[in-house]
Amino acid sequence: METNGFLHVEDLILHFRTAAGTVQAVDGVNFQLGRGRTLVIIGESGSGKSSLAKAILRLLPRNVQTYRGKVILNGQDVMPLSEERFRREVRWTKMALVPQAAQNSLNPVLRIEDQVSEPLITHGRVSSKEAAMDKVRQAFRLVGLPVDFLTRYPFELSGGMRQRTAIAMALVTEPDLVLLDEPTSALDVLTQANLMNVLKRIKKEFGTTFVLITHDIATASDLADDVAVMYAGQIVERSSADRFYREPLHPYSKKLMASVPALKQDKQLEFIPGRPPSLINPPKGCRFADRCPARFARCAEDPPPATVDGRQVKCWLYH
Amino acid sequence: MSDNSVLLRVEDLHTWFELRRFGFFRIGHVRAVDGVNCVLGRGEAVAVVGESGCGKSTLARTILGLYTPTKGRIVFDGKVLDTKDDKAMQAYRAQVGYVQQDPFGALPPFMDVRRILDEPLVINGVKDPKERDARIRQALEDVRLTPVDDFLGKFPHQLSGGQQQRLVIARAIILKPKLIVADEPVSMLDASVRVEILQLLRRLQEAYGISIIYITHDLSTVRFFSERIFVMYGAKIIEQAKTRDLLDNPQHPYTRALLNAIPDPDPDNAHRFREVPGGEPPSLMNPPSGCRFHPRCPAIIRGKCDAQIPPDLELEPAHKVACWLYADNVQRESA
Ligand SMILES: Nc1ncnc2c1ncn2[C@@H]1O[C@H](COP(=O)(O)OP(=O)(O)OP(=O)(O)O)[C@@H](O)[C@H]1O
Ligand SMILES: Nc1ncnc2c1ncn2[C@@H]1O[C@H](COP(=O)(O)OP(=O)(O)OP(=O)(O)O)[C@@H](O)[C@H]1O
Ligand code: SF4
Ligand code: SF4
Ligand SMILES: [Mg+2]
Ligand SMILES: [Mg+2]
Repeated sequence: METNGFLHVEDLILHFRTAAGTVQAVDGVNFQLGRGRTLVIIGESGSGKSSLAKAILRLLPRNVQTYRGKVILNGQDVMPLSEERFRREVRWTKMALVPQAAQNSLNPVLRIEDQVSEPLITHGRVSSKEAAMDKVRQAFRLVGLPVDFLTRYPFELSGGMRQRTAIAMALVTEPDLVLLDEPTSALDVLTQANLMNVLKRIKKEFGTTFVLITHDIATASDLADDVAVMYAGQIVERSSADRFYREPLHPYSKKLMASVPALKQDKQLEFIPGRPPSLINPPKGCRFADRCPARFARCAEDPPPATVDGRQVKCWLYH
Repeated sequence: MSDNSVLLRVEDLHTWFELRRFGFFRIGHVRAVDGVNCVLGRGEAVAVVGESGCGKSTLARTILGLYTPTKGRIVFDGKVLDTKDDKAMQAYRAQVGYVQQDPFGALPPFMDVRRILDEPLVINGVKDPKERDARIRQALEDVRLTPVDDFLGKFPHQLSGGQQQRLVIARAIILKPKLIVADEPVSMLDASVRVEILQLLRRLQEAYGISIIYITHDLSTVRFFSERIFVMYGAKIIEQAKTRDLLDNPQHPYTRALLNAIPDPDPDNAHRFREVPGGEPPSLMNPPSGCRFHPRCPAIIRGKCDAQIPPDLELEPAHKVACWLYADNVQRESA
C-alpha cells in the first residue's frame, strides 16, 4: 500500500492526568504513510484523533502522564530530538498542523498579515518582508480569501474565514507533511469544495503528504488515499480509501459509514446505540464490544490486529 | 402566520460594522446583515444556510441581542427587543439558549464542567443542590458526555473539540429556553453522534415547544431536522421555503449551485475536481449593485440583474425567492 514509508508512527502513546484518573487518549497507535499520499483519519468524537495529531507534532498540554513511541519522518526518528531542535528543524518547516477550531489559534490583537507571515519570517524562509507578503498573498488566494482581508483583525472575520486563515498559515512554509484537524468543519459546501480542490492541486504539484482528520466522510473522499478509523484511543481499521469506501470491514467502521446521511437519498438516519467506553478504565477486551452486534466469546480478550488482503482490522472476526 | 403562533419576527434588519484603522480612521462599513425579514413560529425549527462570511452568525448574534441593529427591529414574544434595557435583556437571555459557532471561545477556561452547567441553574434560582446535580447529570447524559463522572471535573481545554461543542449544547438546553439559536452546533461531531444530538434537539423541541434556529453548512442533516430553510447570500435571505420544497425544488440560482456542490462519500472523488461556481463571494463593504449574486450567476439578465435589487417574490405560499427570473410569473399571477 505504501510507496515508501515517509511517516512511520510506532506504538505511539499519549496519556493525560486528570482528577478522575489517567485518560488513555492515544493508546498504541501504528501506521505508515507514503510520501505524497493522504491519510484520512475518522472516528467518534473523543476517540483521540486530535491527541494523535498533537502527539505527532509534540504539541502537548501540561497534564501529560505518558508520552512515548516513535515518530519517524523521512527515515529520522524525531522523538529523541530536544525541544529546541524539534522546534527549529521539524515543526512548521517539515510538518505543520492546522489545529481543530483553528479559529481560536489566531492572536486577536495581531493583524492577519502579520500572523500569516510570521512562520515564514521566524524560520528564515524569505529574505525580506516584501517577499514574505508575496507568499502570504499567494496562500490567501489559494484558500479563497480576498487579499484585502489581510489588513483585518481576526474578530473582523467570520468563522470560516478564520479557519481558512489558519490553513493559509500552515501552507506558507511549504512543509512536506501537513496535518489538518477538521479543516472544513466550519465551511459551507462551496467553500469546502474550493478548499478540497486547492489541497488536491497542492498534493499533485508539490507532492505534499497530508493527514486529514475529519468527521466529514463525504468531503474526505475528495483527498483520501488511505483511511484510518480510530475508536477509543486506537486505530481499529486501516485500508486504502478505495476499498474502505466500498466496503468497511470493522463492525465500528460499518456502523459509522451507515450513519452518514446522504442528501440525495431519503434513508433514515441511523446512529450507533450505546456509549463509547471510558478512556480512564477502558475494557480489557475489544473496546467496541459493548456496542458490537457481532460480539462473541473471544471478544473479551484484546482483539489482534488482523491483516485481510493488506488491510488491517482490529477484530476477532477476521482472525 | 397568525400573530399568536409567531415567536420571533425580524423586520428589515441591518447590522453594519464600522471598520477603523489606526484606532480612529474610518475606512467603511461591513454590511454583515443588510435587510433581513423573516418570521419564526413557536416550536418551529428553521435552518439557515449560506456561504462562509455571508452574515449567518451576525444575524444570530443580533437576534440574541449581542449586537444592536443598525436599522430595523426584532420582535420576540410580542415585545420589541431593546438592547439598551439591561433588565429586559437579562430576562430575554434566560429565554434563549445560544450554541456558539466557536465552542472553545464560549466556555470559561477556569471553570470545570460541573461549574459551567451549575451556574445557569444557580442564576435562575434552582436552589436545591440535589436537583441541580441531577439536572447536570441528565444534561451530560443527553449530550452523550459519558461516563458522566469522567467529565464533571474536566476543564474545557481537556475536552476534545466535539466534547466542547456538546458541553455548550448542554448549557444551552439545561434551562429549557423558548428559543435555541444553534450556530453550527454539530460541526465537530462524527456522523453517528451528530444524528443523536440532532434527534435530542428535535425531541426537546417537540416536548417543550422550543423554537430552533439552526445555522449549518450540513445540508444533508437539514432534511431531517428543520421545517423550513432560509438561504443567505451576501447578507440577505435570498430564498426561503419548506425544507423539502427547497431541497427538491430550489429556485434561486445560488441555492441550486449550493445543492449541486454537496458531495457523497465516493472514493472516485479523489480523481476529479469538484464543480463550483466561479468568482468570489461578494464584498460586504462594497456589495455588487443590483442582485448580489449577479457577478457569479449563470442565468443573469443583463441590464436588469446588475442594476436593480430583486424583490422578495412569493412563488407559492411560504416559498419566497429574491430573483428577477421569477418576476414575470409572479406578476402575471397577481394580475
Ligand atoms: N489535556 C487533556 N487532559 C485530559 N483529557 C484530555 C485532554 N485532551 C483530550 N482529552 C481527552 O482525550 C480524549 C481524546 O481527545 P481528542 O481531542 O484527541 O479527541 P478527538 O478524537 O479529536 O475528538 P473530536 O472529534 O471531538 O475532536 C477525549 O476523551 C478528551 O476528553
Ligand atoms: N466584529 C466585526 N467587525 C467587522 N466585520 C465583521 C465583524 N464580525 C463579522 N464581520 C464580517 O461580517 C461578515 C459576516 O460575518 P459572519 O460571521 O456573520 O459570517 P457567517 O455567515 O457566520 O460566516 P461563517 O460561515 O464563515 O461562520 C464577514 O464578512 C465578516 O468578515
Ligand atoms: S472483536 Fe468482537 S466485539 Fe470487537 S469489533 Fe470484532 S466482533 Fe465486535
Ligand atoms: S436576480 Fe439575476 S443575477 Fe440574481 S440570481 Fe436571479 S437571475 Fe441571477
Ligand atoms: Mg479533535
Ligand atoms: Mg459564522
